[in-house]
Amino acid sequence: MTTKTAPPTVAAPSAPSSRMSINLRQSGIYVAFALIVVLFAFLTDGALLQPQNISNIIVQNSYVLILAIGMILVIIGGHIDLSVGSTVALTGAICAVLTVQWGLPWPIAVLLTLVAGAIIGAAQGYWIAYFGIPAFIVTLAGMLVFRALTLTTLGNQGIGPFPDAIRSLSNGFTGGYLGNIALGPLGGADLVSLLAGLVFVAGFALSQWRKRAARLGYGQTVDPMPLFVLKILGVGVVVMAVVVQLARFRNLPWVLVLLAALALGYSLMANNSVFGRHIYSIGGNLQAATLSGVKVKAVTFWVFVNMGVLAALAGVIFAGRLNQAGPTAGTAFELDAIAAAFIGGAAVQGGVGKVVGAITGGLIMGVINNGMSLIGAPSERVMLVKGLVLLVAVAYDVWTKRRA
Amino acid sequence: MSDEILAMRGITKRFAGVTALHDVSLSVRRGEIHAICGENGAGKSTLMKVLSGVHPHGTYEGEIVFAGEPCAFHGVRDSERRGIVIIHQELALCGQLSVAENLFLGNERSRRGFIDWNRTNHEAQALLDRVGLRENPTTPVNDLGVGKQQLVEIAKALSKEVSLLILDEPTAALNDDDSQHLLDLLDGLRDEGITSVIISHKLNEVIKIADTVTVLRDGKTIETLPAAGLTEDRIIAGMVGRDLEHRFPPRTPDIGDEVLRIEDWTVHSPAQPDRVVVDNATLSVRRGEIVGLAGLMGAGRTELAMSVFGRSYGVGISGRVVKDGVEIDTRSVQAAIRHGLAYVSEDRKRYGLNLIEGVQRNVSAAALGKLSNRGWVNENEEYSVAERFRRSMGIRTPAVSTQVGTLSGGNQQKVVLAKWMFTDPDVLILDEPTRGIDVGAKYEIYSIINDLAAQGKAVLVISSELPELLGLCDRVYALSEGRITGELDRAEATQERLMQYMTRGQNS
Repeated sequence: MTTKTAPPTVAAPSAPSSRMSINLRQSGIYVAFALIVVLFAFLTDGALLQPQNISNIIVQNSYVLILAIGMILVIIGGHIDLSVGSTVALTGAICAVLTVQWGLPWPIAVLLTLVAGAIIGAAQGYWIAYFGIPAFIVTLAGMLVFRALTLTTLGNQGIGPFPDAIRSLSNGFTGGYLGNIALGPLGGADLVSLLAGLVFVAGFALSQWRKRAARLGYGQTVDPMPLFVLKILGVGVVVMAVVVQLARFRNLPWVLVLLAALALGYSLMANNSVFGRHIYSIGGNLQAATLSGVKVKAVTFWVFVNMGVLAALAGVIFAGRLNQAGPTAGTAFELDAIAAAFIGGAAVQGGVGKVVGAITGGLIMGVINNGMSLIGAPSERVMLVKGLVLLVAVAYDVWTKRRA
Repeated sequence: MSDEILAMRGITKRFAGVTALHDVSLSVRRGEIHAICGENGAGKSTLMKVLSGVHPHGTYEGEIVFAGEPCAFHGVRDSERRGIVIIHQELALCGQLSVAENLFLGNERSRRGFIDWNRTNHEAQALLDRVGLRENPTTPVNDLGVGKQQLVEIAKALSKEVSLLILDEPTAALNDDDSQHLLDLLDGLRDEGITSVIISHKLNEVIKIADTVTVLRDGKTIETLPAAGLTEDRIIAGMVGRDLEHRFPPRTPDIGDEVLRIEDWTVHSPAQPDRVVVDNATLSVRRGEIVGLAGLMGAGRTELAMSVFGRSYGVGISGRVVKDGVEIDTRSVQAAIRHGLAYVSEDRKRYGLNLIEGVQRNVSAAALGKLSNRGWVNENEEYSVAERFRRSMGIRTPAVSTQVGTLSGGNQQKVVLAKWMFTDPDVLILDEPTRGIDVGAKYEIYSIINDLAAQGKAVLVISSELPELLGLCDRVYALSEGRITGELDRAEATQERLMQYMTRGQNS
């Protein structure tokens, strides 16, 4: 605690250095991700970056990434959700009953499943927000209760197979509506996928440009032009590299399209909406938020409702991918989602974290999983490495904070 | 000098640029009850923490001689080994454990690593008899009232072979009967040869029980007086001093109609629902007026403010809040803000700021709605608002994106003030607005408060520093034990008169 007034002269020169260190802390996760990808690309002789493998990484990790989006908001709010694995299982089972046994059309079945997820989230959110039981306890109970309900719903056996529409949401790819074009030595690639990638990159560049222009209009400091262009180029190259590889294989996985939409939407919500800001303020200082007029109970409640809906979405996708709703589905998914959030830079105390960070954290674990299985490492070693990565990531975070 | 048990000489203690104690000396005779008096923040508790090793040797200057030997305590254990035991204002008991377990906590009566329960309870009973507490040693401490818990603390001190007992505000939370019992007990311990140092705001008790009184003010020893023949007024004169420098910016009050009136406001403690914390208080603030609320620690000032502001404190609240002649509902913080109330907490780190966020997001936190459209925040507008406050209030920060936790206390306080000014309130309640802030920044905060009043806001200032209230306020209410005991205009308010009202007990 310091009560000394800083002389104004010190303020100006210290500004750039402090901003650099903050940038380094935030971007450390992306640098780490890049290093891990390069490492495994090297160890697997490039097999990691093969078209089919990139497609596999996305499809195999999609449900954890969706859970991680919900989990990062829960963690920013200063809570935790241990029940999402069981919720994935229960909602998968509900979706299976609705489609396979009751024969409901798939859009209605999916919608009802998401509503079921919302109810699950609301039930837990009630105890946490309005009754004041710690989230750890409520969701630990939820973990058991929802697993039990899964077993009851399924009668201890798997239900399947799912309608094609749900399966293609999990496993399917966009169609080759415009045919292929030749990419020289890379061979043929799907035109629609390439165009989608280009539109995405162009949209990203345009929105960044407009944001920069608006900030300049308000007289705020922005990145210098070369750095700005470099950032856009970097994102563009990475996105297009992935898209080209996917276009060479079987076009864009539907689940990637869904993930991209969720990532964009939730990033925007977290950073720019009043609701998102309130989540950060609650996690940052609950009492200060309360005394500032934030409806902390309502915000906490809706954060858990949101988590339930996203868990239901992950439940549908996971069940669709296996083409069966099973009693053991989603086991330990909550741990992967929590690990993704913390590797992605969330703080244990709450108030800190980014949606994109959580997705990157999830991808780091996905690449480690995939890369190590490609080089034939036994599963116990994969688990060991993932555990150590989580520890190192949080240790780094604590260390940078202590130096700050 | 052979009967001098304790001598502290030239004690100076600094906290990050603020000097809490400046060349303080204290001399305590063996077997006496020595009272230390002073305003809040005068340095009484800090001095006792230096003595007991809470602030270890090396973090302060000066020397301590106890029972003829120089001392260099590195922690509370060191001082306890020498027979110095401090009982803090907030009792340090484990509520779930029994009386006997608490008495011997850290000092267990054991045999080969196992607790000897017979010996524990037997010795506990003996200690309880000594302090006159008729309770079973196996009773959980939570089942006892505060007065009895205080006795348990003293029994615990006795179990450590205490020769110097330090009590920080021992009767602040006690009713008259419990207080009397405690004072009788101290009297009895004096006869057993135990020396006591007591810090107390209750001057009538001090005069009744103490042999010697030392007065501290602004971290300095003002005087040491024999208690015989001493009057409360004489002590107050020493506590408040005479010099009031020009520490306040000039201001011409322009006072309008009444804006806020709090009527018959009664609040009960959430921990003890039968205890009245604010008792039938009525007060009002007018447009352009700065009104002070004076009171000693535990008088109920913050409790009054927070209970009005969205019932953020207390249970069993009754009374009316009237704004511009109409009764308003302030049951939730949102409603209070909507009706134009703002409350700046005394503890900005706990209740005022999100320390891990930047200045910009803190300034906007209470009025995000003004910066948003259909739930989406306009960050650029938010930035320019933060920049505007940074310039107009002189918030010294590298950028408005800088984490608030890295700023100095004065600048943090400006951020909290900016947050509430951005809600455009009609009434601002400022709770200890200059606590932990250096003199230069205080002047700036005073200027901001004057500006707010000049803009026609009604300002209610809670402060423990009487000179601050006298320098700032048009009118001052005094609060004692939850009741408004006096109201003084700027012309009639003096530190002495305020202190008389503030120390006026229920029965006097």
